[in-house]
Amino acid sequence: MSETNAKTMSMIVTKGTLDWAYPPFILATTAAAMGLDVTMFFTFYGLGLLKKDLNLKVSTLGNPAMEMPMGGGHMAMPNIMAALPGMTGLTSNMMRDMIKKKGVASIEELRELAVEAEVKMIACQMTMDLFEYKREDMIDGPVLGGAASYIDVAQQSDINLYI
Amino acid sequence: MPDQTLDAKGLNCPLPILKAKKALKEVPTGGTLEILATDPGSVKDFEAFCRTTGNELVESGQDGSTFRFLIRHTG
Repeated sequence: MSETNAKTMSMIVTKGTLDWAYPPFILATTAAAMGLDVTMFFTFYGLGLLKKDLNLKVSTLGNPAMEMPMGGGHMAMPNIMAALPGMTGLTSNMMRDMIKKKGVASIEELRELAVEAEVKMIACQMTMDLFEYKREDMIDGPVLGGAASYIDVAQQSDINLYI
Repeated sequence: MPDQTLDAKGLNCPLPILKAKKALKEVPTGGTLEILATDPGSVKDFEAFCRTTGNELVESGQDGSTFRFLIRHTG
């Protein structure tokens, strides 16, 4: 599917919450659909997005911009709410309901589409060691590599993003 | 008559583009793909998609809340 002289895009994926999982997978799948060769480098919390079983969450903590549509208006999600027991689960479920209702793809679906579109994925070996992740807990496809592997890809890419 | 029609109504970004890309593979070169969508962002996105991929956006229109695109598979 990739034409000769195809444009290329690389991405460093560092975040693993439900909200931050979207930009990298949306951009990777779309760029691949537009004929670009795409490489994603998953490191630190972003590496969790390669686990077979995803249970992504979103927190109000440290996110004063967060507001949820409610009864025709918007409800702000004060930081202090995050301290209440069960609140992260609640906000995560609210977000997941909205995602479904608005016809937004799930992260699992986008990740599958990315693999299908031959998006290359590199899992950071150092983060695997640091967080004691096992290769068998991750999806098939990603290769293990480090900073040098990313730089090698990035220096040949037309677009490089850090997310 | 388009060679194929893709119903992407109710789907949000980037699904209409991703599904259109897949559907285009099934359309012979020179053939046309009709896409129906309700995502208002898809108007600008299909322009961009066609510009980048070299496919021809033959028609872009709206009927009520449904957007209709006709793409010729030339890319």
